[in-house]
Amino acid sequence: MAAQDSDSDEDLVSYGTGLEPLEEGERPKKPIPLQDQTVRDEKGRYKRFHGAFSGGFSAGYFNTVGSKEGWTPSSFVSSRQNRADRSVLGPEDFMDEEDLSEFGIAPKAIVTTDDFASKTKDRIREKARQLAAATAPIPGATLLDDLITPAKLSVGFELLRKMGWKEGQGIGPRVKRRPRRQKPDPGVKVYGCALPPGGSEGSEDEDDDYLPENVTFAPKDVTPVDFTPKDNVHGLAYKGLDPRQALFGTSGEHFNLFGEGPEGASNLLGDIGVNKGRKLGISGQAFGVGALEEEDDDIYATETLSKYDTVLKDEEPGDGLYGWTAPKQYKSQKESEKDLRYVGKILDGFSLASKPLSSKKIYPPPELPRDYRPVHYFRPVVAASSENSHLLQVLSESAGKPMHDPGTHSRHQLNASKRGELLGETPIKGSATSVLEFLSQKDKERIKEMKQATDLKAAQVKARSLAQHASGSRAQPLPADVGHCSWHVALSGGTATTRASSFKPFAKDPEKQKRYEEFLVNMKRGRKDALEQCLDPSMTEWERGRERDEFSRAALLYVSSHSTLSSRFTHAKEEDDSDQVEVPRDQENDVSDKQSAVKMKMFGTLTRDTFEWHPDKLLCKRFNVPDPYPDSTLVGLPKVKRDKYSVFNFLTLQETASLPPAQGSSEKVPQPRAPDKSRKPSRWDTSKQEKKEDSISEFLSLARSKVGPPKQESSPSVKKEEEHVSESLSDQMVNKEVDSQPEGEGSRPSMDLFKAIFASSSDEKSSSSEDEQGDSEDDQAGVREADFKSSQETDLVETSSGAHDSKLPPQDPAPSFPIQKMQIDQREEFGPRLPPVFCPNARQKLETPQKEKHKKNKEKHKTKKEHRRRKEKKKKHRKHKHKGKQKNKKSEKSSSSESTDSSDSQSDDEGTADLSPQELLRR
Amino acid sequence: MVSALLRVPGPPAPWGRRRANPGRCSPVDGNYCLTCGSDKTLKLWNPLRGTLLRTYSGHGYEVLDAAGSFDNSSLCSGGGDKAVVLWDVASGQVVRKFRGHAGKVNTVQFNEEATVILSGSIDSSIRCWDCRSRRPEPVQTLDEARDGVSSVKVSDHEVLAGSVDGRVRRYDLRKGQLFSDYVGSPITCTCFSRDGQCTLVSSLDSTLRLLDKDTGELLGEYTGHKNREYKLDCCLSERDTHVVSCSEDGKVFFWDLVEGALALALPVGPGVVQSLAYHPTEPCLLTAMGGSVQCWREEAYEAEDGPG
Repeated sequence: MAAQDSDSDEDLVSYGTGLEPLEEGERPKKPIPLQDQTVRDEKGRYKRFHGAFSGGFSAGYFNTVGSKEGWTPSSFVSSRQNRADRSVLGPEDFMDEEDLSEFGIAPKAIVTTDDFASKTKDRIREKARQLAAATAPIPGATLLDDLITPAKLSVGFELLRKMGWKEGQGIGPRVKRRPRRQKPDPGVKVYGCALPPGGSEGSEDEDDDYLPENVTFAPKDVTPVDFTPKDNVHGLAYKGLDPRQALFGTSGEHFNLFGEGPEGASNLLGDIGVNKGRKLGISGQAFGVGALEEEDDDIYATETLSKYDTVLKDEEPGDGLYGWTAPKQYKSQKESEKDLRYVGKILDGFSLASKPLSSKKIYPPPELPRDYRPVHYFRPVVAASSENSHLLQVLSESAGKPMHDPGTHSRHQLNASKRGELLGETPIKGSATSVLEFLSQKDKERIKEMKQATDLKAAQVKARSLAQHASGSRAQPLPADVGHCSWHVALSGGTATTRASSFKPFAKDPEKQKRYEEFLVNMKRGRKDALEQCLDPSMTEWERGRERDEFSRAALLYVSSHSTLSSRFTHAKEEDDSDQVEVPRDQENDVSDKQSAVKMKMFGTLTRDTFEWHPDKLLCKRFNVPDPYPDSTLVGLPKVKRDKYSVFNFLTLQETASLPPAQGSSEKVPQPRAPDKSRKPSRWDTSKQEKKEDSISEFLSLARSKVGPPKQESSPSVKKEEEHVSESLSDQMVNKEVDSQPEGEGSRPSMDLFKAIFASSSDEKSSSSEDEQGDSEDDQAGVREADFKSSQETDLVETSSGAHDSKLPPQDPAPSFPIQKMQIDQREEFGPRLPPVFCPNARQKLETPQKEKHKKNKEKHKTKKEHRRRKEKKKKHRKHKHKGKQKNKKSEKSSSSESTDSSDSQSDDEGTADLSPQELLRR
Repeated sequence: MVSALLRVPGPPAPWGRRRANPGRCSPVDGNYCLTCGSDKTLKLWNPLRGTLLRTYSGHGYEVLDAAGSFDNSSLCSGGGDKAVVLWDVASGQVVRKFRGHAGKVNTVQFNEEATVILSGSIDSSIRCWDCRSRRPEPVQTLDEARDGVSSVKVSDHEVLAGSVDGRVRRYDLRKGQLFSDYVGSPITCTCFSRDGQCTLVSSLDSTLRLLDKDTGELLGEYTGHKNREYKLDCCLSERDTHVVSCSEDGKVFFWDLVEGALALALPVGPGVVQSLAYHPTEPCLLTAMGGSVQCWREEAYEAEDGPG
């Protein structure tokens, strides 16, 4: 220990008190337990630091009233005898000792207050006070303060003083040579407020000509600015009695507008001697003229112009308030040294250039040609509307140049960044040019969304008028050229090209959006065949026509008044004409579809809606479940603001035609079904048959996509698959329409089809490992096999039940319940009940595999196979359940003394009704 | 023979109410029975002995549902006074009263750890009340239902809710998804199967349906009972072998789960069997009718260790 001490004494710093060294044989003391480490006051009472008057209370008996016995009312005591010594009770009589102690409310001990703590003067404050005193209503008031020595010094002062600072000096490194200061004229009074008396000031005066090199000086002290608030009710710049004027009668003095205040403050009483000769008397604005005064001409302190300067001349304020009032240019004796060419103050650290700047050469303006006439000829302006589009186009063509978009058209609308863009400059990286750049990525996206919303809204207004216009013009379809022109002109008139990057009307369908953008780019180049070029050549004529229409209309619509500013401001919380409603993004819709599905007992995909749902974070925590959406702040179903009248209503209203092919596939990942559902409404179901087919394709694709985990649904391979399926199905649809025209409205597709569709989704592992070897022949066989198997299955059930039957003792004939018949049905229809078989379906059943044979639709096979597998699985499941049941029975056999045969009878449907409740409960 | 071992005197018969006393019973963990009814009280029973253990009073209107926590330490209940009440079992005191529902509270349920109470109300919302913090407002309100919520069941990470709008909604907290299955007819009761794979849904078209939980497919349909008016309970037997449901004709119906065949129609009494509950591990059934609760067991049980 000691050896260590000698080593570590130099390096280590020890804090606190060390433990006492243990003695030999002594047990280490038990530390005081935490609950015993209590704080007590001097009386031994717990935790009482304050008396009743200073926060806490320890009045009475241990925080209660009165004494140990409780509070007792004072009994009447006659004061007749001792009236004399009755004393008046003061507050101190009710105080505790703590209140009278050092920290209490009424300390008794004598301590020095702050005001008397130190004898040293705070010069800065003193100066400030002097400044304040000059403007104070009663100027002499601060004199008292000066007599009483002011406050103690702050820690900063003490520290500075320890570091060698002396009062009156400035703070900072010492300078070699004192910066040249304009010395006041010797004739002028010394403005004492600014200049600390004596000290460095005096030395500077002497040092003007002699400055030894090795001497450094402290920087100049800074006079604090007096920020005394104006707390009186006098007018601005009101001065009370000026003692010099009032007492010593210096009336009629020339006003100095600039250097008044400090001057007055500087020598408060110092000039008395100077003005001794004058007569004394009180005069001033505040008092008017006394009765004894002889001169009463200046009652209202009338001011004459003669009191003011009439000529601007250099006047030296010399108040030393640098930094507060702007520094003025001085004319001093040093001026002769300055270069005469330069008028003005030379900043410290700068010197005048020895070489003058070479003067700029001035070029004369170019000479005008002789035949120039300063008259401008304006072309007739034609409004860009579809009516006079012909004219406009002719005009633009005659001008020999394509119409520019107005971005380049009017240079007055350009801002700096746009101009820079035009010049090909790279935007400035270093400094953010707009507030937007300070925003986080998330906010930017939000703003972008909002911008889209506003665009959409503006476009919607147009859409309405357009829809009216369109409905009017629909009757007589425009010739292709005319329509072409109209959008051409409209587009070139607007700035859709620039908008397109920010607003994507076809964002749901990336391919379509791409085509649309391509179209816009072509548009911008002024190509007339822009539309034809960008359209997908593989599309049908009808689709092309439709898309052409859509594009041109969208391009027209989104030429909206787009201002970057609008995106920076939020809308008012409550809009007066709000066309938008906050709705859940996904809604459970088309109950009618589901009702029919329920009627057909096709539960499952048809009756199910899946939504993205955000549980509250706290709820997840309480359920001990990780938050599925850790980044989202949303709770519940995601909501969107949706227009009551969407633009797309107008886009699609014209034709009852189909929507773009794979619109739903690009929707957000977790809820792939919602858009599919929303696609279904009656807008484009021309016949029931078609609708069925469509929903089938949907579900097929769904079944496909469901194979993978939901996150992978957007992966390209799956998507491709989906498209494949839908394509093939649409082919199939066309074929089928050709084949089975005469099918009635109410007829249903074949049962196999349904089976194939609805039975596919449950086994998830299967299709990933699915080998695609099954070809068309196999398929048909597969169907039969499946049928066979199912029949086998039912056979199996029946045989097993038959076996049970054989074991069963003969039972009473069941009382005829109406339920019984249903039970028989139910046995066969366990699981999703299949629709009743109709004649057309039977025919279709034969047809479908044949058609598929032609098309080699592998996807179809897959689903078939899945279906088969599923059936097998189901069977297994059933078997398993049987087994389990039997096991249960066995286990229960031990507990119950009942015979086994009766308990086995449960598989027999006929007998169940008679079963005793007791047996049932045992199962 | 299965017989009513005990006839537990229930809450007193209501006066003047159209609907008969909606005495509901719910087993806390098989040892106790909780009844609630229009006498504005909850009563905790020992169903085997038939003894009343404690009465919890504090509701202002009829109590429509009650549930117990996993550790038997607390109860929750909800009723016509739109309040959800958290009770302390031992002291019988109201620990907290959650107000916020705009209508009668049809159903209440603890989550697995009894940290959250989920209450379904006639105001078509399910509210999740936090029992831990002192927050007066619900943690989350599930207001997707379009009509009153008649049944709420909770598993470790799911909330199963049946609504009068004919949909069964399953909120999966782990996946962050809501599955909504359309059944069509107003739903009176839902429950999970004990293996957690299926959901049993009873609706006002006198049908019980067994749905696959993951896909929503129909696995079985059970009919024969009568359920046209009342909110009746259904459940699965202790090993998922049978589907049990109340009926308005005074019977309790048993169906074989797999085959869907009616196994037994147990006559309970003349009125409507309003509620029932199955013992979680043993073949024991509680039924409520009128003002009484019956406990049904097999005879062999009595032979072995007797009542109580």
